[in-house]
Amino acid sequence: MGQVVLKDINKFYDSVHAVKDFNLQIRDKEFVVFVGPSGCGKTTTLRMIAGLEAISSGDISIDGQVVNELAPMDRDIAMVFQNYALYPHMSVYDNMAFGLKMRKFARPEIAKRVKEAADILGIGELLKRKPRQLSGGQRQRVALGRAIVRHPRVFLFDEPLSNLDAKLRVQMRVELKKLHLRLGTTAVYVTHDQVEAMTLGDRVVVMKDGLVQQVGEPLELYNQPANKFVAGFIGSPAMNFAAVTMTDGNGRLTAKNSGLEIEVPGGLADRLRGHVGRQLTLGIRPEDLHVARDADPAGLTFPSKIEVVEQLGSEILLDVRVGDDTMVAAVDPTVRAKVAETLRLAINPERLHFFDAKTEAAI
Amino acid sequence: MIEGAKWRRWVYFYIPMVLFLLVLLFPFYWMVITTVRPDGELYRPWNAPNYAPFWTWNPTFDHIRLLFEETLFATWLLNTMLIALASTLISLVCGVFAGYALARLKFPYAGSLGTGIFITYLVPQTLLFIPLADIIRNFRLGDTPWALILTYPTFLIPFCTWLMMGYFKAIPKELEECARIDGASRWKAMIYIILPVAVPGILSAGIFAFTLSWNEFIYALVFMSSSEEKTVPVGVVSELVRGDVFYWGPLMAGALLGSIPVAIAYAFFVEHYVSGLTGSVKG
Amino acid sequence: MAVGAVESALHMPPRSRQRLLEDERWLAMVLLLPTAVLLGLFIAYPFVNGIWLSVTNTRVGVPGDFVGLANFTKIWNDSIFRTAVWNTCWYTFVTTIFKLSLGLWLAMLLNRHFKGKAMVRAFILLPFIIPTVLSTFAWKWMFDPTFSVLNWMLFQLGLITGRVNWLGDSDLAMTSVIIVNIWRGVPFYAITLLAGLQTISPELQEAAAIDGARPWQRFWYIIWPLLLPVTMVVTLFSVIQTFADFQLVYVLTGGGPANATHLFATYAYQLGVGTGLLSEGAAISLAMFPILFLVVIVQLLYIRRVEVR
Repeated sequence: MGQVVLKDINKFYDSVHAVKDFNLQIRDKEFVVFVGPSGCGKTTTLRMIAGLEAISSGDISIDGQVVNELAPMDRDIAMVFQNYALYPHMSVYDNMAFGLKMRKFARPEIAKRVKEAADILGIGELLKRKPRQLSGGQRQRVALGRAIVRHPRVFLFDEPLSNLDAKLRVQMRVELKKLHLRLGTTAVYVTHDQVEAMTLGDRVVVMKDGLVQQVGEPLELYNQPANKFVAGFIGSPAMNFAAVTMTDGNGRLTAKNSGLEIEVPGGLADRLRGHVGRQLTLGIRPEDLHVARDADPAGLTFPSKIEVVEQLGSEILLDVRVGDDTMVAAVDPTVRAKVAETLRLAINPERLHFFDAKTEAAI
Repeated sequence: MIEGAKWRRWVYFYIPMVLFLLVLLFPFYWMVITTVRPDGELYRPWNAPNYAPFWTWNPTFDHIRLLFEETLFATWLLNTMLIALASTLISLVCGVFAGYALARLKFPYAGSLGTGIFITYLVPQTLLFIPLADIIRNFRLGDTPWALILTYPTFLIPFCTWLMMGYFKAIPKELEECARIDGASRWKAMIYIILPVAVPGILSAGIFAFTLSWNEFIYALVFMSSSEEKTVPVGVVSELVRGDVFYWGPLMAGALLGSIPVAIAYAFFVEHYVSGLTGSVKG
Repeated sequence: MAVGAVESALHMPPRSRQRLLEDERWLAMVLLLPTAVLLGLFIAYPFVNGIWLSVTNTRVGVPGDFVGLANFTKIWNDSIFRTAVWNTCWYTFVTTIFKLSLGLWLAMLLNRHFKGKAMVRAFILLPFIIPTVLSTFAWKWMFDPTFSVLNWMLFQLGLITGRVNWLGDSDLAMTSVIIVNIWRGVPFYAITLLAGLQTISPELQEAAAIDGARPWQRFWYIIWPLLLPVTMVVTLFSVIQTFADFQLVYVLTGGGPANATHLFATYAYQLGVGTGLLSEGAAISLAMFPILFLVVIVQLLYIRRVEVR
């Protein structure tokens, strides 16, 4: 009912190649998130699905029908804009009813649908007000309501939570998730916030400079990033990277640089044996570093000098210096650490990542 | 928005745009062509077979020469320029001061004064010209540039005030407060801090006032009688027509050359003019 | 206050005068004085004087006596005056409608992005910038019965067979004047409406498009209502100027042929300055006021209502 297929989509603005060979099959009822830094092409792709931007090459089909030439109003989609785009001179009711009015729905039917959407979103009392009398969160709900009443095949969201303050954002995220579970409509959601992507998406598409970096379920992106960019983008605080050289010492594969010497564990070592003598990038997430205990094998620890201690309450972030690199370690709140102290850190061996120094692809 | 097929763009945009431009600019083209066209070609009936309107192969400066030699056109140009500059200056000073007072200062009757100034803008010159002529005569200002230099501000000041009010309101109060804490008096703060920031507004008001005063006609027509004191619009209308005979060549030359100073001033300040125009409507 | 303290800390000259100007009220008075003087002397005073003139029977050089409303009755019974009233109303009404629609159309055309947009915008304003009298003369030349280039063009296009006496035919003359006024006014409407259009976020139109509104519906339901405040203000200014117009008719027809194109202003001029009947001229001028006043009040109320909304 709400299947969207993007095939070999390309978008050019004059000579700028904004979206490159975008391919994706979105299943019915799926919640897909496009995520990436500004200018990566995620909003452009969304707007092409909406019909607000022309497609330079490639096809977009909804439910098997190619919609390239269809005007936005004929694609049976609804969109929620970053700035809500509420009609300032109309009441909330009229804002939500507008789309139905344009499609010549009967008045009683319009009233029914608007009430239904208003109840779901909890804005029933605001129906007579004008947008300028509403708070940001309320406007956001009205924008959602306007999209819901249309019962479209696909919902499109263009960074809808960016204009809300932090607390409201967290609240609305949960509500959006509940809404999706309740309505079951296919949704394509664009954001630059990886937390939103991870919490909302059934699948996440990470984009950079117009190119898709990886498509997968949130956990897949977290555990098995396809390249250094995805690894550094997903997860907060970001993954630590260090340039290392692979050496073979006594039959054991070691990753070495001025600050550390890590023995690569068994399974991983088999894959990396071909890279002896080469420079690679080592990646380890802050949460996969802990203070070294006696039980930790020496080959998996390294010394570090503490530069900043950030107390979060639930954990402590230690900004440390390791050789020429700085790293962040997220450790237990019970750890006693002081600035300028030397601390030995240990790596969780199952969570080591290696990336090719040139292509940045995961190995 | 998605642009439709290419033909749509042509039909809905290019063609109407070109038509608009042609219609709006044709009379000026006609002015130019007539100015340089010799009399023989000029006075051909439109249904004569050799009527070739859009171009001339024998351009001449005769009309322009006639204009300058046999009429006081040069004097009129000077008069108009002088009067326009002087009245613009007066209006700007009054407008800036009044605009600042209304936008920034709190004093009794501020609201009604603002409304009062607005009301005067709505009283057209054609309503006042007869009694005003009397007054001018009583002050013995008739037939001197002062008659116009003092009366033009009446329709320039309200507009300038209004425009400047808008600009002043947009300047954050903190600028002034900071200056006054730094030791400046209100007056100094206004002169040294606020005015420089409001320069775009002043330019807008200035260019708008300049074109408006160049454009004024009825006061100049009624208050000035001798040829030496006339402004360009009045001179062109009254002295290039002898009896019932219109000397179209010099007339168009006069129209063209009379328009050029304004057009040049406008060309330098287009952006300011447009923001002045739109600012007055929004404010 | 802080400023006073700072002032006394720094050693400042004529303190008493400085202090006076510090007072908001004094400063305001000083700043508003020149404006008040000029406007009072040359608007308020003549206005009152004009009323006095209209209720006397003054002639040039001959002071008059009070005659009450005699002048007004006289002009009301004057058929030329009645024609002028009708002409002015008709003139204002027709030109405003055309200027608004054509101006809006042009504004919407200019609201797109295209190469040379800034230059086109600058050229478009020329009819409004160039002194009215001068450009009107160009039109007069274009309308000349014997030499008209317009006649030539229409003839070439096969639209006419005989000549069109634009300004000499009493039925056609008013239409010709209207054409020139529209020509002059469209740029003013276009540029100000364009500024209004630019304040409407394109996202609103996109949202409406996704909601299913076709271009005409987008215009009617979204653009027009949001543009209304600007439209009303622009129309207000334009109506006042057009109602009180003098230059166009004076240059093109002088009020003729046979007084067919007189407006309030031109007839007042003809009587007051032409024949020296100052009081009657003043009466005609003042007769503009009630109608103008009404139009202004109605529009101001409308603007206030639209803006509060």
